[in-house]
Amino acid sequence: MKKLKRYRFFLILLLGLLLIAFMNQAIAIKTVQLTGKSILDMLILLPPIFILVGLLDQWVKKESLIRYMGEKSGIFGVLFTLLLATVAAGPLYIAFPIAVLLLKKGASVRYIVFFLGAWSTVKLPVLVYEFTSFGPKFTLIHICFGLVFYYLTGILFEKIYSQQKLLKHGMTKEL
Amino acid sequence: MINGIILYTIAIIYLGISFIKNKHKTKAALLSSWKMFRNVLPDLLAIMLFVGLALSLLTPSLISSIIGEDSGLLGIIYSTIIGSIAIVPSFIVFPLGHTLVQNGAALPQVAVLMSTLMAVGVASLSMEQKTFGHSFAYARNISAIIMSLLFAFIIWVVMT
Repeated sequence: MKKLKRYRFFLILLLGLLLIAFMNQAIAIKTVQLTGKSILDMLILLPPIFILVGLLDQWVKKESLIRYMGEKSGIFGVLFTLLLATVAAGPLYIAFPIAVLLLKKGASVRYIVFFLGAWSTVKLPVLVYEFTSFGPKFTLIHICFGLVFYYLTGILFEKIYSQQKLLKHGMTKEL
Repeated sequence: MINGIILYTIAIIYLGISFIKNKHKTKAALLSSWKMFRNVLPDLLAIMLFVGLALSLLTPSLISSIIGEDSGLLGIIYSTIIGSIAIVPSFIVFPLGHTLVQNGAALPQVAVLMSTLMAVGVASLSMEQKTFGHSFAYARNISAIIMSLLFAFIIWVVMT
């Protein structure tokens, strides 16, 4: 029963899809195709990312991660975070469990916010596409402004939220 | 696709090294990967179905007609709202944005739409709250909306 409860949003949406299927079959079929494709994409992308995160959890010591992403990591912290955020593919919500793990290992709130911001702004695999479809000017403005903005947001959020406060929430306990 | 191959290669190499060095730790690592996957799966499925629904109801030509060249501030507001509904991965967002521009949508409006699509998500808000707590989740989404609007403003000033 508890397991079923966790799927309630999915089931509600499924019900909605069923209703749409009665009214307009073309839209329902398109939805199934689009959803199926993105689930397939996810099932291909997620295992290596989660395996790497699991390995990181076991092998990287708290002290070394603090050196890379802790409060005193400086410009190296920025570059390390940027690298981590831009090479991984996938939508932002994949980054949430990763961010929690980094936080648990001692990453500072500033870099976590920057990590999430960079994840949603720059993706190396898609960079070429953005460049060719929107031009260099658009791409440069997007990346430079986005990164600066999220870094400043990180500095601001660091003053409001502490590591401990963020780690109190549900998902971390289960990890 | 190449991206996937690279990711798998890296993961397999590290997994191999880890296994040779310490079997017990590797097992624990895989177990925690599996737990993480199991934790996010219900939310993931719901979000993906939601995105599928949204993308099939809001067709590119429909969006383009809402946020056309002369849609102005109202177009920006519509883009922000549509973009904030769900989080969509960048490899879907940029092709979509490209299609919209070709269909006659204005660049600043498309900029704010793409940016909010990637960073702001009401559909994934419950998952975000479970992870970081209410306050942080709201604050992060609001900051991402501000970023998207400023970004669109810069694009409007510089490129139109």
